[in-house]
Parts: sequence; C-alpha cells; structure tokens
Amino acid sequence: MVKPVFLWTDTLLYVLVAAVAVLVWYVRRHEHLRAPWREVFRNRMGVAAMVVLAAYVTVGLLDSVHFRLPLESSAAGGERYSGQVLSVLDLLLTPLRTHQEETYSAPLATRLYSKETVRLPDGRDVRIYPRLRFGGAQLRDPARDRLPDIERTILRGVGFALLVWGALAAVVILVLARRHRWAPRAALQRVLAGRTDYPVHVALYTAGALILFASVTGHLAVHYHVFGTDKVGQDVFYETLKSIRTGLVIGTLTTLVMLPLAIVLGITAGYFRSWVDDVIQYIYTTLNSIPGVLLIVGAILMLEVYMANHPGDFQTVIARADLRLLFLCIILGITSWTGLCRLLRGEALKLRELDYVQAAQAFGVGHTKILARHILPNVMHIVLITVVLDFSGLVLAEAVLTYVGVGVDPTTYSWGNMINGARLELARDPVVWWSLAAAFLFMFGLVLSANLFADAVRDAFDPRAGGGRRGG
Amino acid sequence: MADVLLEIEDLEARIGAGPRAVRAVDGVSLRIRRGETYALLGESGCGKSMTALSIMRLLPAPAGRITGGRVLLDGIDLLGLSEARMRAVRGGRIGMIFQEPMTSLNPVLTVGEQIAESVRIHRGLRGGALRGRVLELLDAVGIPDARRRAGEYPHQLSGGMKQRVMIAIALAGEPELLIADEPTTALDVTIQAEVLELLRRLRAETGMALLLITHDLGVVAQTADRVGVMYAGQLVEEAARAPFFADPRHPYSRKLFDSVPTMAKRARPLAVIPGSVPELTATFSGCRFAERCARAWDACRERVPQWHRVADGHGVRCHLYDAALVAGAPGAAVSADAAADADTAAAAPAPEAGGHGPGGADLLRVRDLAVHFPVRSGLFARTRAKVYAVDGVSLAVGVGRTVALVGESGCGKTTVAKAILQLIRPTAGSVRFDGVELTALRGRALRARRRDFQIVFQDPYASMNPRMRVGEIVEEGMAALGLVADRAARRRRVAELLAQVGLSEPALSRYPHEFSGGQRQRICIARALAVDPRLIVCDEPTSALDVSVQAQILNLLKGLQDRLGLSYLFITHNLSVVSYLADEIAVMYLGRIVEHGPVSAVLAAPRHPYTEALLAAVPTLEAGAHRPVIRLEGDPPSPVDPPPGCHFQPRCPRAMPVCRERYPVGTVVGAGHEVRCHLYPGA
Ligand SMILES: Nc1ncnc2c1ncn2[C@@H]1O[C@H](COP(=O)(O)OP(=O)(O)OP(=O)(O)O)[C@@H](O)[C@H]1O
Ligand code: SF4
Ligand code: SF4
Ligand SMILES: [Mg+2]
Repeated sequence: MVKPVFLWTDTLLYVLVAAVAVLVWYVRRHEHLRAPWREVFRNRMGVAAMVVLAAYVTVGLLDSVHFRLPLESSAAGGERYSGQVLSVLDLLLTPLRTHQEETYSAPLATRLYSKETVRLPDGRDVRIYPRLRFGGAQLRDPARDRLPDIERTILRGVGFALLVWGALAAVVILVLARRHRWAPRAALQRVLAGRTDYPVHVALYTAGALILFASVTGHLAVHYHVFGTDKVGQDVFYETLKSIRTGLVIGTLTTLVMLPLAIVLGITAGYFRSWVDDVIQYIYTTLNSIPGVLLIVGAILMLEVYMANHPGDFQTVIARADLRLLFLCIILGITSWTGLCRLLRGEALKLRELDYVQAAQAFGVGHTKILARHILPNVMHIVLITVVLDFSGLVLAEAVLTYVGVGVDPTTYSWGNMINGARLELARDPVVWWSLAAAFLFMFGLVLSANLFADAVRDAFDPRAGGGRRGG
Repeated sequence: MADVLLEIEDLEARIGAGPRAVRAVDGVSLRIRRGETYALLGESGCGKSMTALSIMRLLPAPAGRITGGRVLLDGIDLLGLSEARMRAVRGGRIGMIFQEPMTSLNPVLTVGEQIAESVRIHRGLRGGALRGRVLELLDAVGIPDARRRAGEYPHQLSGGMKQRVMIAIALAGEPELLIADEPTTALDVTIQAEVLELLRRLRAETGMALLLITHDLGVVAQTADRVGVMYAGQLVEEAARAPFFADPRHPYSRKLFDSVPTMAKRARPLAVIPGSVPELTATFSGCRFAERCARAWDACRERVPQWHRVADGHGVRCHLYDAALVAGAPGAAVSADAAADADTAAAAPAPEAGGHGPGGADLLRVRDLAVHFPVRSGLFARTRAKVYAVDGVSLAVGVGRTVALVGESGCGKTTVAKAILQLIRPTAGSVRFDGVELTALRGRALRARRRDFQIVFQDPYASMNPRMRVGEIVEEGMAALGLVADRAARRRRVAELLAQVGLSEPALSRYPHEFSGGQRQRICIARALAVDPRLIVCDEPTSALDVSVQAQILNLLKGLQDRLGLSYLFITHNLSVVSYLADEIAVMYLGRIVEHGPVSAVLAAPRHPYTEALLAAVPTLEAGAHRPVIRLEGDPPSPVDPPPGCHFQPRCPRAMPVCRERYPVGTVVGAGHEVRCHLYPGA
C-alpha cells in the first residue's frame, strides 16, 4: 500500500473544496442566491471561462493528493517507503516525469540543444548534437522520419480528441433531452443553435478545444518533449503542469487567510462606528502605508532562518517547500485584506442606517445577531466579487515575487521559478525560449479565464453593473 | 383644429425585446392645445413617464423603443425627424423638467453656467446679452438676488430652488410645450404650492402649453385644464377639469377619488382598489382593470373596451359606456353612478369609532426631548458645531389614540421617533412610557420593554432584509424578545399575523422583493404587531405608496386600532391623512412643536402662522378653489444655526420685532389646543 502524505496546503485545499461544496448546496436551496449564479451560467464568456478553469482546477486537485510509494526491495518487510513524495498527477504523468534528458532540448527535438563530445564506437571523439535519450528515441533516422512521425501523431491525437468529444457531446445532449423531454434530434438542433437555457454549445466548444489540446499534446508527449526540456533535462511540459497547483494554491488560500480578517474587521468597524471604527481604521491605514514587499521579504527571511535552525522538523524537501508556500499565502493574505476591509466598512456604514437594521434594534436583537443576519448576508456579493477579481492578481503576484527571489521555494514548481530560470537563458545565443513560452501560455490561460469569469460574476452580482436584479 | 400644438396618435413604446418586453405605452392618443395645461394622472408604473420620454424620444437606450404611432408637433412628426433636428426640438420647442431636482443638475457647474448653456444652444446669445437673459430667467422663476445666485453651485440651493433652476433651464429655449414629470413630488407642500403657482404664472405670461405628470389629484385640481387618466399603458378617461372632478366616469377614476382620505370619511373605511397594476409584459384580451374592478362582468374579460365619448370632450375606455354591452352588466338597471357608490359603501362595514374619546390615560409622555448631533470636522474630529435636530419636544399619546406629528422634511420628525424608541439616545429630556422612564433604562431592562413600542418605517423597500424570508422577518422580534419559545407555535402566530394584515400563508416562505410596496408595508405592520405592542410609531408609512394603496394601509391601521386598542404616533407631512386618521395633531418646525391640539380644532382654525401656511398650501380637490397661497419667504433654515427668537421669524408673514428677540412660550387657545407664537400672548 501507499502511504498518504498530507501537506499543509493539501489539507487547506480540501477544506476549501469542502467549503465550496457546502456553499453550492446552500446556494442551490435559496432562490435569491441562485438567481445571480444563473446569470453567470447564462453568460457565454463566463461559461467558456468556467470550463477552462475547471480544467485547471482538476489538474491542481490531482496534484494535491500526495503519497509515498512503498520501496520494492522492502516488499517482504513492509513499512518502508520511498523518500519521494508523489501526487496522483505525477503518477499519471510518469513518462513525462521520468523522461529526463541531459540538458536543454528544443520542443519536439530529437537531439540536444548543445554540442557534446561523444566517443564513437571506433574510439574517436566528436562534437555533435547527441540524440536524446527519450525524445524521438523510437525513430531510426530522425532527420528523415521526425516530421512524418509528428504529423501522424498529431493526426492520431486529433482523431482521438474527436472521438472523446463526440462521446461527451452525445452524453450531454442525451441528458438534456431526457431532462426536458425533447427528442434527441431536437435536442441536438437546439444545442447547435444555442436555443437552450444555458449556453451549452459554448461549453461544448470550449471543452472541445481543451480536449483537442490535451489529446494532441498527450499523444506527442509519449515520444517527444512537447515544450522541450530545461537545463537539467526536465520536461518543461511537466514543469508547467505542476506549476498549476502552485498558482491555484496562492490564488485561493490567500483569500482564505484574508477573508476572516477583512470581513470581521470591516463590518464591525462600519456597524459599531465610534472607537471600534477608529482602532480598525488606524490598523489598516498603518498597514497600508508599509510597502507590502517589505513585509513579505521580512517574513520570508524569518522563515528561512527558522528553517535553517530547525532542519529536523521537515521530513522531506517537499514538506519544507510546502510550508514556505503556505507561509507566502499567509503573508500575502495579511498584506492584502485592507482593500476589501475598507469596502466592507463603507457598505456596513450604509447598511446600519437602513430601516431593517433599525427595526431589528427596535426588537432588541443583539449586535452579534444583527451582524450575522442583517449585515453579513448583504455584503456577501461584494466579498465574492472581490475574491474572484483578486484571484488572478495573486497568481501574477506569485510570479513576480518568485522572480525577485522572495516567492516560493526554488524547488517548488511554479511559473515564477520557470520564468526566473528562463531569464538567464534568454541571453544565450541561440535563445532558449520554450520555458518562458510554456509558463507564459499556461499562466495566461489561467489569468485570462479567471478575469473573464470575474467579469461575469461582477455583472451578475453587482447591482450597479446593471446585470444583477435585486428587489422588485 | 389650428390651435392644437401637440397631437399624439396611437403611441406605442416598449422596453426590452421578445416576449418579456414591457409595453410601457400601448396606444395612447391625446391632443394638447396651445396654452393649455394637460394633466396626465395615474398610479406609479402606469406609463406616464414613458409617454413623456417618448415625446422627447428619450427612452432609456438601448432597451426602450417606440414601436408605433405618431407624435405631431404643429403637424411635424417628431418620430420621423433626424436626431440632429430632434436635438433642436428638445429644450427648444419642448422643454422638460424632472421629478428629482437633486440629480438633474450638474454639481460642478454654477447655476448660471447651466442656464447659460441652454440659452446659448437654443437662442444663440453671447456675451452681455447672454448674461442678461440668464438673470432675467432667474428672476422669472422667482429666485431673489439673481446676480448672486447665478454664481452659486447646486449644493448651495435648497430643493425648491433647484427645481426653480430646472424650470429656468427648461424655459431658456422659450418652449411652446413644457413637460413636467412629477415636478413637485420630491418637495414639501409649502414649496410645492410655490412651484405650482410659478408654473401657472409662467404659462399665463408666455402662453406655453404644459404637460403635467402627477399622481396627486389635488395638484390636478389646482392646475389642469384637461385631465387624462392613465392605467396600465393606456388612457382610460379624458375630460376637461370641471366635468372630470364633478363626475368621473371610469371605475378606476372613481376609486381614485374615493380612496383619498378626508375628514368627512373618518367614520368609515376608505375605498380601496384591490390588487395592483398588472404586469405590462402580458397581452390583454379584456379590460386591463378587470382584475381590480368591482363592476367587472364577463364582457370585461372577453373584449377589450373601446373608447366611448360620454359627453363633449369627455371620453372613457370602459364597457359600461357601451350601449350594446351594458345590458349584460350586473345591476344594469341601476345607473352606472349609483352602482359605483354602492360598492364603495359595501367595501366593508363601518367600524364604530369607539374608544377614541378623550380622557384615556397617557401611554407615552415626552417632555422637553432634545437630540443634538455633533458636527465633527478637522483634525482629530473635534466637535465644531451641533445640529439641533430636536430641541425641546413635548407631547403625549393616550391609550387607543392617534397623534399626528406634522412638519416639513428635515424638521426632525424621524429623529423624534427614533429618540422615543431609544434607537437614538436623546441628549436631554424624558420619555415616560406607561410610567417608566425609558431614557434611564439600559441593556436587558430596555430590551424587555421594547415589545411595548414598535415602529413602521417610511420606505417599504428598505425596511426588510432582502435576504430573509417573510416568515423569518416577522418572527424575528418574537424570537429576539423570547416571546414564543416554541418554533411551531411561533410559525402559527406568524401565519395568524399575516392573515390579520390580509396576506395569505404562502407569503411566509417568499422573499420581500416578490411583494409590492403596499404588501411590504403590511408585512412591516405584521412584524411590528408580532410582539403585541401597545404603541406603534408610524414614520410616514404611506408616503411611498399610491393613493389606492395608501387607503388599504390606512384602513388596516384604523381597523387594528379599533380591535386591539393600539396607540399610534403617526408621523407624516400629508395633512389629508391626518384629517382622516388622527385624533390630535402636533405641528413641528425646526426641532420644536409650534402648535398642537385636537385635529378638528387645529385644521378648522389654525392659529400659528406656519400651520396656516401649511394648510393653505395643501392642494384641495374642490376644483378651482384657489385659496390664496400664503407665501413663505425663503427656505426652512438649517438646524445647525437656528435663527434667533422665533425660529419661524425669517419666513413669517406676520413677524413682529419681539419675534426676533425671544422664543415664544406656549399659550393655550382652546381645549387642549396650544400655540407658541407671540401673536397669542399668554393670559
Ligand atoms: N428601464 C426600464 N426597464 C424596464 N421596465 C421599465 C423601465 N422603466 C420603466 N419601466 C416600466 O415601464 C412601465 C411604466 O413606467 P413609468 O416610469 O412610465 O411609470 P409612471 O407612471 O411614471 O410611474 P411613477 O409614478 O412611479 O413614476 C412600468 O411598468 C415600469 O416598470
Ligand atoms: S370595462 Fe369592465 S372591468 Fe374595465 S373598467 Fe369598465 S367595468 Fe371595469
Ligand atoms: S412668534 Fe412671530 S415670527 Fe414666530 S410665528 Fe409668531 S408671529 Fe411669526
Ligand atoms: Mg414616473
């Protein structure tokens, strides 16, 4: 059996997923909460973004189930496990993970990117571009066979994608048909023409594009390094897929840290006014006037010192890197709650004067209850909009902080680290561009879809944006 | 006819597209002659504003569209004009003023600049001529000291002044037609009277026609030449003013008249129109009013009523006036008029106004109540000044009685209410409820007392948490005060309460936004009743509602008082509501009560000059009875810096030297009738 490993961030992510599940269940049972979500699901851009985000989240979650494999030699004795912590994603990507080359190789290349001295069988030393150990290793004559082979593989990938997508579309359409009691044919026509309650066709097309990408790269990745390899020969595609989890963790756990602070302090300040308000305003004004980067640098340095002094506390390298990731989330959270807090304070100031709050006071309802029943539910839309809008900013912040050296641990896979590594290589001649390109592509995909999703959410929830309907 | 200025034919306007489109205007035809005042009357949501906006081609883009009809100004079809030529018409030949003077002026430009801009565009004046014209216009709309005012910014002006400036801007183009959409709804009665007077004068001087949109029958009676009644996107009745007020024909118009509260109707419940204006997304196969019409019969639901002329210049859209159909109507033998009267009387048996006699013990006794708000500014938020919002108010409410607190906006009425309920802690004074001093109570003791006095707020849209179900809302007070511990019993009680205010059980699990304004106000009343209070403070509970809905709420309040012996402190600025509901009246001016006494005495013979002016300003239904408006100079002063002596002295037409020196003391001028004015020196 495998030995499960629960990293800090894993646990928190599970908590978050559970919280989201509970929230979804709660929202489904309350019509006024459901209504704006329906708007989100009717928004074409929103739906497309959601499908893309779902793909990212799936990868991220697969990468958050960690364990240690048993060592084969100890099969008899049991109880002995490899020191290497793996995730489900690692297992799925075993070929990518293990196909390690010597050093740089370009995307889909069959030879290394730099010349090496190789001793020929006849004893002579020559400087050539040696063949890769895995990339295109199955080809007898790469110069002649490489392109046709790639073409064939791509075609296979496309074919496979069409099959999968066709099956998916069929299932979706049949489910729709059953639900609405349409004939399957009619359901197909409706979906194609976009005459369904929700833009199902948009979701299907987006999913189709994703499946196509996944299938083609997947087929190619068996024999090639789709995005090349990095300095130590690690597959760049693998690295960038692993980076997804880091991005998601930063984007979500940070808000988990920030929300309680912002919500509690924001609404109490606005509701109680007087000295409570003064104190809270003082706190966030002070915090705001210290540059965030300074705080982050200080905190990370302290953590590094602590880790250096207590090496025994960390069983594995990965646990150590994970703690640093968590710490980064916490410190980012602490530096970023003030904006939301200020918004919520303003809103609570407005709400406290509303008649229904006054009516509750006239009944002698306690302050805590008023805060929980009358103020909090009426600021939740602001919280939601802010959280979604902040997400992409945090993903980018990770890249920037890591680039300047105060972000995640250098051993953690992250887009920031990839960009940082690629920085030096850009100066090389010929340029090594693929690390940067891959990191950019995947980060761009995540940030863009998160932003589009945020727009859809804001349109639906912000009464001023005109999309949301509140009151009659 | 040559003298017709504006002719609208079958105008149709929609908002939105597809099956959910709102048919806000659905086949309206009307004519306005030169120099005539045409009043468009109707409840909210009937399409009055949309009609006006369609004439100006200013429907909210992109959702709003004119889908049919013609709008002829002097024979030119405005709907066919290019946008550029239409711009010359807007503000040029047709001027428009809106309901909300606060938001229709640009806050960063001076008043003079804003008027000048309009003059420049439409009259092409420049330089000195332009400045001269601006001052002329400010003069014309009755703004004193025009030269100084022209250099001021909108926030330096009061609401009435802003509305005058809006009128000046509309007049800049010397329009032949002025469209005024609820021009006085946001203003106090005394200022409303002045603005209406101004419009009347300007019309006489310039000969322009006026399209006046309003929901107030009194305003129509005082101002209009012709009246059009709108209902659900259509005109249902049109007549000259005199015949309309003498004999309204459409059942809807009649109900509107019957639901206006007056002194004479005190003994019986007001007529109400059940239900509400139908959704305008529907297509109608019958009369739009059928759901709510007491006279409806089969034909009303099957056929769309046509326009019938009942007299010269008097038309009605109702089957009762269709000779071919009326035979089938129930009670056809009775004349339409008699039947209409019958159903008013039958609306509910008149409850005996028992227990209203004087002599009940005082439940609430307020003495010298004062609430001063600090105005903080500058470094470390030091208190720079004080707002004397309430400054020595004394009043008493007897068991089972209704006391009305009346005054202009900003005079401190709501603050009095909140201070009595201890929602704001008074600065000074005493509030004794049933012998217990509330201002001395704290925490738990106060909380335990709270069940005895409750409040109903003005804005039915803001007074319920949109995220809570109606059941939870009504239940909240009971739960907080620990009245009914058992959940199931509490639920039963809530259902009972809702039934008491005329709502059915399914309402329990719905959200506030699913209810109309009147229904929401009932829920608020049910919420207050839930804790069995003995006193309910009603803070303008009907001012956000249409008259027909107001009638429902007034009936409900009166019925509850008869059954449960409640006392009401009724805050309002609507004197007709006072005359219908209240036993006593207290008139408030700038934080103090200037006159109080029995309603009959005060309304019949007001003593204080302010009360006199207030009463004179209320538009009455007696057509043409233009009582002389008692002009009040200037605006209500600010409570930050009340004038010396009598607060009313800067505006009082009868002020004397002594008025500037001392605040007058109270003088008793009749049984329970007290006035604070130097005109009535103490005995
Ligand atoms: N922007 C809008 N979008 C959708 N419907 C609208 C919009 N504006 C107005 N309506 C609808 O058009 C109809 C007529 O509205 P309108 O404002 O003309 O009524 P009104 O008689 O002037 O009411 P009030 O006295 O409240 O001003 C109503 O049913 C209203 O709900
Ligand atoms: S047509 Fe019928 S329903 Fe409509 S107003 Fe006349 S009587 Fe009432
Ligand atoms: S005291 Fe003087 S100023 Fe005040 S109301 Fe009486 S007459 Fe007017
Ligand atoms: Mg309107």
